[in-house]
Amino acid sequence: MNNPYTPQLAEVVENIEESPNIHTLRLRFVDPQAHAAYRFRPGQFNMLYLYGVGEVPISIVSDPEGDELFDHTIRAVGRVTSALVRLPAGARLGVRGPYGSGWPLRSAEGQDVLIITGGLGCAPVVSVINYVMRRRSRFRRLVIMQGVKHAEDLIWRQRYEAWAQVPDTRVFIAADVGAPLWPWHVGRVTELFDQVAIDPARSLAMLCGPEVMMGVAARQLLDRGVPEIAVWLSMERSMHCAVGHCGHCQYGGQFVCKDGPIFHYGAIKPLFGMKGF
Amino acid sequence: MSEQGFLERAGLGRLLAALTAAGYECIGPQRRDGAIIYDRLAGVEQLPRGVHDLQQPGSYRLTHSDSARQFAWANGPQALKPLTFVPEEVLWRAHRGPDGALRFDTEAVAARPRAVLGVRACDLAALALHDQHFLDGPFPDPGYRARREALLIVAVHCSHPAATCFCASTGDGPRATGGFDLALHELDDGFVVETGSDRGELLCATLPLAPVTAAQRAAAAAQLEAAAARQSRRLPGRNLRAALFANLEHPRWEDVAARCLACGNCTSVCPTCFCHAESDTLQADGSASAHERRWDSCFTKDHSHIHGLTIRADRRSRYRQWLTHKLGSWHDQYGRSGCVGCGRCISWCPVGIDITAEAAAVCAGGDHE
Repeated sequence: MNNPYTPQLAEVVENIEESPNIHTLRLRFVDPQAHAAYRFRPGQFNMLYLYGVGEVPISIVSDPEGDELFDHTIRAVGRVTSALVRLPAGARLGVRGPYGSGWPLRSAEGQDVLIITGGLGCAPVVSVINYVMRRRSRFRRLVIMQGVKHAEDLIWRQRYEAWAQVPDTRVFIAADVGAPLWPWHVGRVTELFDQVAIDPARSLAMLCGPEVMMGVAARQLLDRGVPEIAVWLSMERSMHCAVGHCGHCQYGGQFVCKDGPIFHYGAIKPLFGMKGF
Repeated sequence: MSEQGFLERAGLGRLLAALTAAGYECIGPQRRDGAIIYDRLAGVEQLPRGVHDLQQPGSYRLTHSDSARQFAWANGPQALKPLTFVPEEVLWRAHRGPDGALRFDTEAVAARPRAVLGVRACDLAALALHDQHFLDGPFPDPGYRARREALLIVAVHCSHPAATCFCASTGDGPRATGGFDLALHELDDGFVVETGSDRGELLCATLPLAPVTAAQRAAAAAQLEAAAARQSRRLPGRNLRAALFANLEHPRWEDVAARCLACGNCTSVCPTCFCHAESDTLQADGSASAHERRWDSCFTKDHSHIHGLTIRADRRSRYRQWLTHKLGSWHDQYGRSGCVGCGRCISWCPVGIDITAEAAAVCAGGDHE
């Protein structure tokens, strides 16, 4: 089968409920050879196909050299995702990928790594956090900044608490709307930059979340002297084919699916933040 | 490209016969529903003899004369696009058994060899762009490839550009300069035949060709020169990328948005527009689902929709997306503009929006290559 549009058969090994509408599907390809040959980089995505309904692009959140399975954390927002999060263990679905560029993990070695996310933005980058944690000596400081709208939107709270205990690691969390006993900041995550002693010459930032939030964060970093090439953003646009043919994800001259979805700021700044592109 | 000889008009049937004998299904221009369309061609008598097109913004009319010429018109709504990038097709099917087992199957595209007669230079330039889009890169499109490789092209250099044409300004016509197997200069009494491939030369060997006279050669050259000179429309430059992106807040975008119906006619008739949508159709008994693709248009709301957000909710941003892509960011993607000057988007726009006028208004005052 050399048709780039046709999925391969995969099955749900486990469905983990992270919050009432966010689930992590742990998957494997049914064909053992296809499964053994499957490789991806953090930041890449797969197209997940639900029988009779359709395909959606979802980023891969597991470790590329990790265990046997590959994981997708999915928020139920549309027709396909609402049904995907309900798939039980043993259910079959179609998967094709991986697609897109990954996070610049090679360039991040020897640098301070700043992970700045908003909303479910943390899912595509949690693979990076895990990646760094498992190879801790290759990187300098790890700074994790996560913003959510409501305190109860925060998933993986225990993970953040555990990460905060790791040496040379700092965790900043902010909720626009707090809750009783909320131990972190109430407000925008981008208000916390003054608490992070950023070393602009030795930092690499990875941003994921709503574009407005990424825009504010990128500005803060650039104002502190972090070069454009060291500020990386994960972009989201409509995607049908994932291979640069269908045209939906175009962002100026870039196809987000194949030239991205991860870009350094310099590559997208002419249109970034402009409504309608 | 080399000149082979002169074919009397009566000899054109021999070319069709040779193509048919070689196993090709012949596709050619014919008059139907008030337009020149390309469809299966059983014989030369179906060609639009003495038919001419009058095109203006928002208008396409055919007229008739007693001319014996069969290619004395510019173009119709179709280009080669529907033959290679088909308007809809099933990419693959999923089957579900009674036990819930899932299986995917991809049908190989069985493309029969086809010869297209009467292809214009603008449409050949568009085909070359689609070849780049669908075939270059790590994921070549199998259906496009199969249909493309099965295509033989007999171009006819354009001698009758319409008032909407501007291929001379984009550099894509009126003369076909490559990408064909055979190319013809249509003169009053026949055709000067050129070849562009080995297949074309083999075909020529079967045709009753006479040596080309100096007068015929001069007439062919003069008619091409006149066809270029007659074009009154032009784009303000071959690379408008910088000028367009420097004018993203130009008031002209509001102005054109007030006229644009966002109907998508322009993207349907455009020979280079490649957007398509994928969707799934579940069989009534639930045992199979077809994953299909159809031409899509950046003028629709769905085109830019992601959960909870439509990136281009208004016509201003959609027209701006189309024009800045077509004349601007195509340069980033494919090394040239995405416009080949065929003028179809002007004629087939129900309100007559003229891409050359819009581009000139938005880019006014800028420096262009």
